[in-house]
Amino acid sequence: MDWISAIVQGTLLGGLYALFAAGLSLIFGVMRLVNIAHGDLIVLAAYMGLSTTVMLGIHPFVALLIVMPVMAGIGYVLQRGILNRTLGDDILPPLLVTFGLSVILQNALLEAYSADPQKMNAGVIETASVPVGGLTLGVLPLLTFGIAVAVIAGLQFIFYRTSLGRAFRATSDNSDIAQLMGLNKTHVFGMAMALALAVTAIAGILLGIRTSFDPSVGGARLIFGFEAVIIGGLGNLWGTLAGGVILGVAQTIGAKIDPGWQLLAGHIAFLVVLAIRPQGLFPRVSH
Amino acid sequence: MPDPVLSLRSLDAHYGDFQALFGIDMDISEGEVVAIIGANGAGKTTLLRSIAGLLKNEAAQVTYQGGSIGALRADQVAHKGIALVPEGRQLFPSLSVEENLLIGAQTGRAGPWSLDKVYTLFPILKERKDQASTTLSGGQQQMVAIGRALMANPDLILFDEISLGLAPVIIKSIYDALPSIVGDGMTAMIVEQDISKAMSVSSRVYCLQEGRVSLTGATNTISRDDITRAYFGVEA
Amino acid sequence: MSARIVRTSRSAQVAMVIAAFGLIVLAAAPWWAGRADLRLLGEIYLYLSLAMLWNLMAGYAGLVSVGQQAYVGFGGYLLFALTMFAGLHPIVAILAGGVLAGLLSVPVAVLIFRLKGAYFAIGTWVMAEVFRLSFAQASSLGGGSGSSLPVDVVKSLADSRSGREALSYWLALGAAVTVIVCVYLFLRSNRGLALTAIRDSEVAAAGLGINIWRTKLEVYVVTSAFTAIIGGLIFLQKLRISPDAAFSVNDWTAFVIFIVVIGGIGTLEGPIIGTILFFLLRETLADLGTVYLIVLGLVAIVIMLKAPKGVWGLIRSRFDLELFPLSYRVRTDAADKGR
Repeated sequence: MDWISAIVQGTLLGGLYALFAAGLSLIFGVMRLVNIAHGDLIVLAAYMGLSTTVMLGIHPFVALLIVMPVMAGIGYVLQRGILNRTLGDDILPPLLVTFGLSVILQNALLEAYSADPQKMNAGVIETASVPVGGLTLGVLPLLTFGIAVAVIAGLQFIFYRTSLGRAFRATSDNSDIAQLMGLNKTHVFGMAMALALAVTAIAGILLGIRTSFDPSVGGARLIFGFEAVIIGGLGNLWGTLAGGVILGVAQTIGAKIDPGWQLLAGHIAFLVVLAIRPQGLFPRVSH
Repeated sequence: MPDPVLSLRSLDAHYGDFQALFGIDMDISEGEVVAIIGANGAGKTTLLRSIAGLLKNEAAQVTYQGGSIGALRADQVAHKGIALVPEGRQLFPSLSVEENLLIGAQTGRAGPWSLDKVYTLFPILKERKDQASTTLSGGQQQMVAIGRALMANPDLILFDEISLGLAPVIIKSIYDALPSIVGDGMTAMIVEQDISKAMSVSSRVYCLQEGRVSLTGATNTISRDDITRAYFGVEA
Repeated sequence: MSARIVRTSRSAQVAMVIAAFGLIVLAAAPWWAGRADLRLLGEIYLYLSLAMLWNLMAGYAGLVSVGQQAYVGFGGYLLFALTMFAGLHPIVAILAGGVLAGLLSVPVAVLIFRLKGAYFAIGTWVMAEVFRLSFAQASSLGGGSGSSLPVDVVKSLADSRSGREALSYWLALGAAVTVIVCVYLFLRSNRGLALTAIRDSEVAAAGLGINIWRTKLEVYVVTSAFTAIIGGLIFLQKLRISPDAAFSVNDWTAFVIFIVVIGGIGTLEGPIIGTILFFLLRETLADLGTVYLIVLGLVAIVIMLKAPKGVWGLIRSRFDLELFPLSYRVRTDAADKGR
């Protein structure tokens, strides 16, 4: 029964990891860019949520209403101002620029907030639990998983049923011909990054409620998101959810065997998938 | 004589260090159908790409409806009402047939062309509207590419080698549809390797040779000999 | 008029002479430099070595890794393990660590070479995390808090403290010179030519029959082995190791990347210039802590966007200089007379 509980906890944890990964996956899908600063942007959102809740005295979920548009705006400006200039055939510029961005973000947060661990207070839901089946499940993890599913469904909807999504797909296919359709690719990419960072805002707030965070935890979030994407398969958001779940389950089972093994178990699961099925479980595009 | 809708003055086009067009002068009147012919590498596609804004030029080199558009980006040119049916179709693989058509209307320009009208013109596309565009035959893909350009309700439409890689029967059916496409007073430029087809639908022709205009005139006054000479650059 | 193909140039010859003199002066440092300066110079040589190696992998083989700290830490830990548990002399332990790192890097490569581009980069980071977490589990090596090098091991290097410091210094200098010479010779060889071809165009290189995967694997293995040796030397100087210090992304990857990017990626002169600039910046700004790192990040971004070939790239394009004779030039007799 303990093991089943662990698997379920891991599954719910996977929802959070899928949220980490969704933004990463979206950006890679639209512009073949991997943002090394992605994890640090999640942490930035968490800190933004923290400051907002403290300064305005509101609940973190309400703060989300402010943090989301702010992060989206940051994403648009970041893309049009800096990242668009790195796009091209050479992989070095985007990699090194986003790496530099990561270092800047971490240290800027360190300057502004110090290295002390912080956490947001969401009140009752943090400890509330509901009985499901024979298990007791936390409300927050359930909510997080539900939000992850809703976000992914929302992104799928945007991508496949709106003109914005059509613009994303067309620009990603062939940006020159997409221009012929009247699509300004610098704007389209900006919108894609804005959307990705809006999702990142949700991930950051949920992270900040769930655990304590400090400026240095961005790297690990990036790795979890990345592992979820690779395990699930590139180009498939539902696959990313599956990847997150597998990662979460591996970590929780590892922790059950020995608490020090939690992270290692996740990495091993990732390496196993990489060894046996490098294209991921449900790929839609190739690397 | 009203002002030409499109004017090219001393248009030079470069790909990096390589110059593809040398001082092209051209005037196209509203409602005209003009054929652009020439051998491979003569600069025909470069010409269309320059007009459409995919290649950057000096502002004054391309004038459209009285405004200088030479330095505009392709998406800005699209909003002005110029649509290009690109060489090799270049449909979007991630989009279905219908989505390819819908994205053609992204500029939001008003006009007679709509999804229904395109389906009336090319009924086979309606049957296949939810299929991935790349699963269609060459001829059907060409129809999608043309439909996509029409959905933008352009005033000037550019066709780049629409017969390339297609069977003669398919080429004929597409060219048969051309009058209803350009009949509404739309201006058209047709780049073609198939000279007879191009001249059968156009009122004037320009021949390009190694980046320069080597011949121009009304299609009904130009002889085969003239064309051969202009095409290959052979002196009489 | 006849023409010959030569690989050297006036500026390269001058540079060689200057370098030879410089080397003699630096080798004599234990006699003219103070203890702190000696340590600083040693640190410079080791960072220079890491930068040269990272540059070989990323700038020439196109393998952009943000996980080389895996091998730095591995080399460091193996120094401790082999001296403490196998009784090896520290220098032998460091070299053995290099060999073992090279062997380990093969299965690692087989796994992560399945990823491309930026995904490969993150994959190397995951690997480094696996290394870190694994070593943190080893309680015999101090687990999460690490351990210090035992006194008898330290004493086996040399009897006196100044003797040990001199030895450490010479080892670092020797390592840097070895790395530079090896990388230079490699790039000058046919293998190096193949690598440059791959960097310029993988498709064309494959068309010439170059085995891309194999060439990249070789570079990865050799680089990792040398990186581990440098890691051993680093922690020989520090005398203490812990998982966070051994596998620090900041210390062994971020700084190295900045050095190479600012100096000029894909050239041999770049890492040298970059190391000098990096330490100049550090000595002047280090008091500012996090602000220093922010400045570093900003400089790296600006360089990448405005001058992607780095400082050396700017110098080279203005003055057509080449200090390491690598490219081929055609010399005619007439031109010779002028020179």
